[in-house]
Amino acid sequence: MRPGLLVGCLLAGVALAAAALSLVWTPYDITQLAIAEKLHGPSVAHPFGTDHFGRDMLSMAMLGARVSIAVALVAVGIGMGAGVPLGLLAAANRGGWLDEVIMRGNDLIFAFPSLVIAILITAVFGPSAVNAIIAIGIFNIPVFARVTRGGALPIWTLDYIRAAEVSGKGGTLISLQHILPNIANLLIVQGTIQFSLGILAEAGLSYVGLGAQPPTPSWGRMLAEAQTMVTLAPHVAVIPGLCIVLTVLGLNLLGDGLRDALDPRLRVLR
Amino acid sequence: MLRYVFRRTISLGLSLLVASAVVFAVVELVPGDPASFMLGTGAQPETVAALREQLGLDQTLPVRYAAWAAALLQGDFGQSFTYKTPIAGMILDRMQVSLPLAMMALLLAASIAFPVGIYAAARRGRIGDAAVMGGTQLGIALPNFWFAMLLVLLFAITLRWLPAGGFPGWGQPGPAIKALILPAVALALPQAAILARVLRSALIDTQGQDYIRTARAKGLTAGQTLLRHALRNALIPVLTIMGMQFSFLLAGAIIIENVFYLPGLGRLIFQAISQRDLIVVQSAVLVLVAAVIAVNFLVDLAYAAIDPRLRRR
Repeated sequence: MRPGLLVGCLLAGVALAAAALSLVWTPYDITQLAIAEKLHGPSVAHPFGTDHFGRDMLSMAMLGARVSIAVALVAVGIGMGAGVPLGLLAAANRGGWLDEVIMRGNDLIFAFPSLVIAILITAVFGPSAVNAIIAIGIFNIPVFARVTRGGALPIWTLDYIRAAEVSGKGGTLISLQHILPNIANLLIVQGTIQFSLGILAEAGLSYVGLGAQPPTPSWGRMLAEAQTMVTLAPHVAVIPGLCIVLTVLGLNLLGDGLRDALDPRLRVLR
Repeated sequence: MLRYVFRRTISLGLSLLVASAVVFAVVELVPGDPASFMLGTGAQPETVAALREQLGLDQTLPVRYAAWAAALLQGDFGQSFTYKTPIAGMILDRMQVSLPLAMMALLLAASIAFPVGIYAAARRGRIGDAAVMGGTQLGIALPNFWFAMLLVLLFAITLRWLPAGGFPGWGQPGPAIKALILPAVALALPQAAILARVLRSALIDTQGQDYIRTARAKGLTAGQTLLRHALRNALIPVLTIMGMQFSFLLAGAIIIENVFYLPGLGRLIFQAISQRDLIVVQSAVLVLVAAVIAVNFLVDLAYAAIDPRLRRR
């Protein structure tokens, strides 16, 4: 296994495991405030220290992982759920008006600065994790549509697709049975990349108060709260930031590693 | 070329039209009525109705969109609900912070990315390349607002070299530029990482080309070939990415402006959101979107001017 892929798996795995573990167990109960122990640095009892309410930062970071990962994951789901069928449809109708309409619509969404629109959406419909998911998810749709269409087009010219057409299969059936399995690799890689971008976007939205709302902890909100205390206790700002960086780094390395590992042509080259 | 420009101009107009309709529609979906919000909870229904009429809120949607769009074309963005001042002036004021910030950040990103990308391509596959690529992975994963906080902690609070936030205005150019340095660095570094990677792979892509072999055959060193021949050809994808990055920086400055309390477009949007001053939100967002679409248009034209093969599409 390549070192990049290994490190990526490890980092992303830790984040996912922490989020999953937080569903059943965290070292401390974060609804219990302990003001006497506020802003303590890392120690044996609190490996990541405590925040301004004396809450355990490790427990907060684990719960924050859950929100960040859930938001980014569902946003990828929205992007794939809508983008892949659109891309398949465009490829099946390649050169036709449907293809043109879908791809021009894609270009249009691409032209929008996603962050601005995400802010607009969350501002209009009220800040919440659900609206953050929708805002991030919408901008995943054209990405997946484009990747799907791009991957599907060369496959449509292959002989076995001809054979399927001759045997009487329609465009939908061919897309699902023959095209989709062949572009699954591409979609997994793109999914990893959008997942990491989603975590960054969620962190940004929560940081400006447009993502998950109190009392739900999220990495972005932890950073926003840390901003005024950064001189007193730098660890409250450093730890959530490191969580974001390491998770995103892990996912990016995983995506790159998977692309190299799944693409036989790249394997031969090395 | 002329046909290409014509077609791109049409699609530019179409994009702007759709963008304005989308921005208008999204803001229209807002629950809550600006008139009753402005007057407070104790207002009489007649007063609210009168204000609604004054603001034109009693008209139908298409009528209001048409009126809004027509006024926009004449540079009239309307009046802020909260401040009762023309929005066009407010946006122009804020642009004087956001635009220089985005330009500084892009300049900075390019001046980091070019040497780094060229170095990595020249040392391809060796330890220097691996170190650069590892560093850029880290740069891409960095949330810029967090990086901004760390910069403030080090350079503003600990070392006291630069201000932690605020903007003195362009009346004092020295302090004004100083106030933009940390925000520009925070914005630039993640973009520099992306740009360096693009430049590196574009340079490496040219290496198998015949003209590179010819250049080497006529006696140029690997370094000379890279700088004189490969770099020029690698510039095309790099310029495209830079165009996209400029629009990203303009829009992405929203969050950074909040970290540094800079009176730019981003802060205007947030203030307007909290005051329910929707017409300001609408206008500021539209200006950002239009700027992004316009930059993309210019990049496309520049691209076609450099590379004739692209005009046929």
